[in-house]
Amino acid sequence: MNSTNDLPVKSADETQALVRKSLARRYRAEKRFRAYGAAAVLAGIGFVIFLFGTIFSQGASVFRQSYVQLTVTYDPEVIDPSGARNPDELVTADYQSIIRAALRERFPQVEGRPNLRELYGVVSSAASLELQQRVVADPSIIGSRETLWVLADDTVDMLLKDKVSRSAPEDERRLSDQQIGWIDALAADDSLKLRFNAAFLSNGDSRDPEQAGVRGALIGSALTLLITLLLSFPIGVGAAIYLEEFAPRNRMTDIIEVNINNLAAVPSIVFGLLGLAMFIALFGLPRSAPLVGGLVLSLLTLPTIIIASRAALKAVPPSIREAALGMGASRLQMVMHHVMPLAIPGMLTGAIIGMARALGESAPLLMIGMVAFIVDVPSGFVDPATALPVQVFLWSDLPERGFVERTSGAIIVLLLFLIVMNATAVILRNKFEKRW
Amino acid sequence: MSPSILLVLIIALSVLAFQLGKTRAIAVVGGQRRIRDLHSLPGHYGLLTAIWCGLPALLVFLAWVLLQDAVITRLVIAQLPAASQALPEAQLGLLLNDLRNVVAGNVSPEMVAPETRIAAAQYVQLRDIAELALAAIVVSIGIVGMLWVRAKIRPDLRARNSYERVIEVLLFACSAVAVFTTLGIVLSIVFEAFRFFSIVPVTEFVFGTNWSPQMAIRADQVGSSGAFGAVPLFAGTLLISFIAMIVAVPIGLFSAIYLAEYAPIKVRKYVKPLLEVLAGVPTVVYGFFAVTTVGPALRVAGEAMGLPVAGESALAAGLVMGIMIIPFVSSLSDDMITAVPQSLRDGAYALGATRSETIRQVVLRAALPGIVGGVLLAISRAIGETMIVVMAAGLSANLTANPLEAVTTVTVQIVTLLVGDQEFDSPKTLAAFALGLVLFLVTLLLNVIALYVVRKYREQYE
Repeated sequence: MNSTNDLPVKSADETQALVRKSLARRYRAEKRFRAYGAAAVLAGIGFVIFLFGTIFSQGASVFRQSYVQLTVTYDPEVIDPSGARNPDELVTADYQSIIRAALRERFPQVEGRPNLRELYGVVSSAASLELQQRVVADPSIIGSRETLWVLADDTVDMLLKDKVSRSAPEDERRLSDQQIGWIDALAADDSLKLRFNAAFLSNGDSRDPEQAGVRGALIGSALTLLITLLLSFPIGVGAAIYLEEFAPRNRMTDIIEVNINNLAAVPSIVFGLLGLAMFIALFGLPRSAPLVGGLVLSLLTLPTIIIASRAALKAVPPSIREAALGMGASRLQMVMHHVMPLAIPGMLTGAIIGMARALGESAPLLMIGMVAFIVDVPSGFVDPATALPVQVFLWSDLPERGFVERTSGAIIVLLLFLIVMNATAVILRNKFEKRW
Repeated sequence: MSPSILLVLIIALSVLAFQLGKTRAIAVVGGQRRIRDLHSLPGHYGLLTAIWCGLPALLVFLAWVLLQDAVITRLVIAQLPAASQALPEAQLGLLLNDLRNVVAGNVSPEMVAPETRIAAAQYVQLRDIAELALAAIVVSIGIVGMLWVRAKIRPDLRARNSYERVIEVLLFACSAVAVFTTLGIVLSIVFEAFRFFSIVPVTEFVFGTNWSPQMAIRADQVGSSGAFGAVPLFAGTLLISFIAMIVAVPIGLFSAIYLAEYAPIKVRKYVKPLLEVLAGVPTVVYGFFAVTTVGPALRVAGEAMGLPVAGESALAAGLVMGIMIIPFVSSLSDDMITAVPQSLRDGAYALGATRSETIRQVVLRAALPGIVGGVLLAISRAIGETMIVVMAAGLSANLTANPLEAVTTVTVQIVTLLVGDQEFDSPKTLAAFALGLVLFLVTLLLNVIALYVVRKYREQYE
């Protein structure tokens, strides 16, 4: 009170005049402050839209791929000169030359080695593989003619999708004017067009963008996540039950709790170091294996699942516990028969969110070698494998224009999975959430 | 017998044990109608039998599977000819690598040296023996456990209590996994880091300004001694984190203020999850975004203004990392702002303050400790972030404060040092663990401080 007495005393009118004079300025400041807030929110939303927009506009085209229609002759002279239909010979035959013959037939005017080489470059090297598979599956087609769609080269694909400029000087393009002429001729009579790209979802990795697919990475991720789920869900739920329902209030419990909180904030790459030093160097588990990836990711998601499961247990009102104990149930029976059924939806939500985080995680997987170029689709927990986000990382490093599209495509697949998982978690929560 | 089949066998044995224990319990009291003479429900006797059958078998199984490879490799090395055993560690590693490839069937036996072929055959033989022995041991442990409990079953056996005791111990073991993980992290990193510091002095690592971690293959090679001064890495990490915080803190804080204080409930309900989408996007996606979109855009903008912007500038990585961190800052600040009691706001309004004056002079001041804690957590997140910087930041260790140049970070170096084949005795590999130790300690410290600050603040209003 003393301090106010020191101030020059003003009459009420004077004060009101002062306040009124400053009001306009204060309201302007108010508006400005509010505008900052709105701008920040809009910037955030803008980033979301821009991020998703860029990825989807770059990657959506991956689900359609350029195919060339060719009429091939399964020349018995080339495929099976001996006529014995020996499967080994059928596999190793020179199918490339059949494709080349078909291309020459389509463009009879092209002559001279360099020109022909350019012509052959229009079709992907996967085309001869396709022929081989057809012949091996049904040797009786040898000698016949067939019109079929084969994969076009990735440079052709990029041109057809308008991802490369036609107007750039010829030496800055990967396609020559001559090739573009052929491409236009093929496109004009509908024997070169974009068709649904099933290969992207059914192929493993490849050095050729047009043949590369995400199947190997998807299976690798699935195997890794399976291990992660099998380990981290039971252990996480067990730990949550112990800490919430059984743990005595003592030093040991405190240590465990502080530990879990700190573990949740340890950078993921440190878990990778643990995996490398412990599981690979010490225990001799194989590198690049989904088994090790799953072990590392389960340690990584454990804190998330424990924290979510504890929250789910906390949400169950104490009256239920007291009622169960009052009826003579043991502590374990109380938890298992009465508390758990009510907490399970919340725990599942936590588990799904933890799995979503594990699915997007790539840094620790780099450490344990799940970053190799692997063509084969993994078929077990110790096969070399990679994971979807690591595949994104690998492809993003490659210079071909076609891989930018593949990378965005793989990201779209990854984001779709994440969206489905998170949406499931939200639905689960909304459906089972109870207000007591 | 393959491990997965054995695992199924253990489970099947436990199911059998459950049935056996249950029927035995009913039998000892003389039939279904007299089970009230039992101390526990028949199922409890079954569960107790199943646990003593399955659990020890499972533990032995896990320990064996984890150690089998290491032990067999030791044995095979001991069987190698003396000449091979005397090889330096690196060449022995190559030999073992060949051996593994032959065993896994990746390489045909004709392609490797004869002694490796013999060793591989030995390995396969030992592995087969080990797997058979494991199967025999595990199954007999299971059967012994089962029969032992079965023999003990009497009407007054307190089966439920013993069973619950075991489950409680198991639950405790589950929560101890977290402690063991931390212990594992600390031990594995500290151990390797100390080996590194025995080669490179700590002072050079912490204060040296020259980082070029290549080790020579030959001793007389040019630039044969690597330099392990980590200061440029720390500086690069701090620079990128600083840029990220410049983006994330204002946007995150202001959007939290707007959503908590101004926005109608409906807007808040839809916008808040939308912003949190940014936290759910995998970091590799941000990295790709930084490389393909932000980096080139900055280059073009820099050229237009006559500024030289490096292809992998710190600015691009920092900006994108900032975007990633916005939701952390905003949701933590939001929690803190909504935790400020309404009475404080009402008091300010009653004195005639406008909303923004109330927020700036009352709400934010009250929430400040919590917000600072949140920002510390965000900084720790930025320092430990890996994929964005691996993809968008550079590799060369420049000591610069210019955000338009390329810098490298601690996490980038860990990844570059460890991706690919590595031997565990080269300082190059061990340096990654030293960097990992620094990273772990710094993020741990930031988290401990942040959690302490946040907790202190929460207590204030509860």
